[in-house]
Amino acid sequence: MKNTVKVILGAAALGMAASAASAATLDDVKAKGFVQCGVNTALAGFSAPNDKGEWTGFDVDFCRAVAAAIFGDPTKVKFTPTNAKERFTALQSGEIDLLARNTTWTLSRDTSLGFNFAGVNYYDGQGFMINGKKLPGVNSALQLSGASVCVQSGTTTELNLADYFKANNLEYNPVVFEKLEEVNAAYDSGRCDAYTTDQSGLYSIRLTLAAPDDHVVLPEIISKEPLGPAVRQGDDQWFDIVKWTLNAMVLAEELGITQANVEEMKASPNPDIKRVLGQEADSKLGAGLGLSEDWVVNIVKGVGNYGEVFERNIGQGSPLKIARGLNALWTKGGIQYAIPIR
Amino acid sequence: MASQDAFGRTAAPRSSVLNDPRVRGVLYQIVLFVLLVLFIYWIVGNTVDNLRRLNISSGFAFLNQRAGFDISQSLIAYTSDSRYSRALLVGLLNTLLVAAAGIVTATIIGFVVGIARLSNNWLIRKIALVYVEVFRNIPPLLVIFFWYFGVISVLPAARDSIALPFGAYLNQRGFYLPKAIWGDGAWLIPLGLALAIVMAVFVARRARQRQEATGQQFPVMWTNLGLIVGLPLLAYFAAGMPLSFDYPQKQTFNLTGGFAVTPEFLSLYLALSFYTASFIAEIVRAGILGVSKGQSEASFALGLRSGQALRLVVVPQAMRIVIPPLTSQYLNLTKNSSLAIAIGYPDLTAVGGTILNQSGQAIEIVAVWMVIYLGISLATSAFMNWFNAKMALVER
Repeated sequence: MKNTVKVILGAAALGMAASAASAATLDDVKAKGFVQCGVNTALAGFSAPNDKGEWTGFDVDFCRAVAAAIFGDPTKVKFTPTNAKERFTALQSGEIDLLARNTTWTLSRDTSLGFNFAGVNYYDGQGFMINGKKLPGVNSALQLSGASVCVQSGTTTELNLADYFKANNLEYNPVVFEKLEEVNAAYDSGRCDAYTTDQSGLYSIRLTLAAPDDHVVLPEIISKEPLGPAVRQGDDQWFDIVKWTLNAMVLAEELGITQANVEEMKASPNPDIKRVLGQEADSKLGAGLGLSEDWVVNIVKGVGNYGEVFERNIGQGSPLKIARGLNALWTKGGIQYAIPIR
Repeated sequence: MASQDAFGRTAAPRSSVLNDPRVRGVLYQIVLFVLLVLFIYWIVGNTVDNLRRLNISSGFAFLNQRAGFDISQSLIAYTSDSRYSRALLVGLLNTLLVAAAGIVTATIIGFVVGIARLSNNWLIRKIALVYVEVFRNIPPLLVIFFWYFGVISVLPAARDSIALPFGAYLNQRGFYLPKAIWGDGAWLIPLGLALAIVMAVFVARRARQRQEATGQQFPVMWTNLGLIVGLPLLAYFAAGMPLSFDYPQKQTFNLTGGFAVTPEFLSLYLALSFYTASFIAEIVRAGILGVSKGQSEASFALGLRSGQALRLVVVPQAMRIVIPPLTSQYLNLTKNSSLAIAIGYPDLTAVGGTILNQSGQAIEIVAVWMVIYLGISLATSAFMNWFNAKMALVER
């Protein structure tokens, strides 16, 4: 109900918003002094409040990186928790400046929703999780004929699910909830046999279940889910800032610039590193984005490079222990590839 | 409109027309109306402008696109290849189904509890009181959660289903009934039923005419019960018992076959019925109390028993008080059914929400929601107003 109200308010805001207000998001953001960032309500590792009530996670750190690039201070960001249904209206209506909420980049979202995706910060794919204790012998998604499957409404997951079962001529019974917490509760209580969402999400959700060790993630990956941050169309400068923040994080990892060594790296003789860190004489790279020349330094100092953010939130330094896989750098067998900053 | 004119007044001293309250009233209304139109024009224009500027597509053409998602409960044929418009229809029918079922059950429980609150039996009276106070004072969403998480989800898992008589099963995935499969000649049975209903109406009318003419009573209820049960039963045997059942079977994941009632529907239906019934009970109690005590005393004086006095004298008069507030309870129940979204019942709001998100057409979907709920509510009101007019005291 509350969500419906939010959507209606969002839709109404589209009607009320003065036409010129959101043309220059960077000016608005600078004027109010913080970035308003839409994140997931509670997906451990990606975006969830910790025991002190601070938002932490992979997507949350991306928001902080954007704040660091603009203000030189990663704390100048406010978070709006959104569920799958609210996230798009929140961005369209201008309630948030940036959506970093494990959102799949698709053509229709890019076009008919009026968004621009700034790149892919996590290459994911949809999978299934089952309770291995209750369903011994099930070790493939193809054995799920007749199963009840829990899924969150309004996601690409919901569509892939229908396509996958149809393509394989399997029967299933979708149990659709609006909120992640509701899906988790329904799956945990045994309402569904299987839970489907992006594999990263499954690993994260498994940790929050009553008995995580009972649950197994099935090996099939049934879709490509490139997750990335999105902004509204019509403001190229803002789009550039978000896009290049992501690139800078990946590039920093490629160049070996870390949170710990960024100050020393400034003195590096390597021209690539010098240029990226704004140490080149008369550098205009930051100014081109409307930022200061040490924007990359600020990002790395604030949150670390891509690899550090990954390992800290969802990789080996976290309870999730997700392997880099596709998200390793292109030089290390993955497909994370930064566009050159020059 | 200021309809009182200055008729009969002596000619007022000439002054500005603007000082005439009638003229001024009209003027204010015109100004307000123009402002309202301008405001709406501005909102619509601004919305269209903003949508265009943000490159968000608009219009209702998207309703013809392929839906691509499945819906767990559907009264009509629906697959992921169907269109968005069909998905909305599925949602609407699910809303109407739960609303209609809820209204019937809530009315029955409400009348029983309302009458029980006035019972002479202390225990019955107090039980009814506790029921009303408990359910009336809890938000409907919590009542839904109570049924969904508190009752149905703690039922045993599919493999340990509770076996009920007649091959029915109950587990946390829902309530499974054997499905009737009709064989050849089964058409005789509904024919028998239809015939029985026609005869029952005829019997009832004749019995009333006879009672009015001669004062003799005829056991209408027993005769009609015999007709309505007996004739279809006779047809059933005459056609050679053309009925078999598809019983639910245990499979790897769940019971299959038979007729399944999903836990989402069950929770929502029970919650809405129990919640609204508590309000209806109070309305019924007020209605009965609103009938003057002299009416029942007079019926007792005429020798009617208390059941007869209630049925023939008190309730028909109480209905006139009961029906108008009952209408708003029916509307509330229908609108509360949109809380279905919290437990994943695919009603109009839930399906619309999915479409909203898949297509991104927020404004259009919100408009569709509003128009449909408004339509359902106005139709319910129109029906209840007609019913009220029929039941109202006919004054000569």
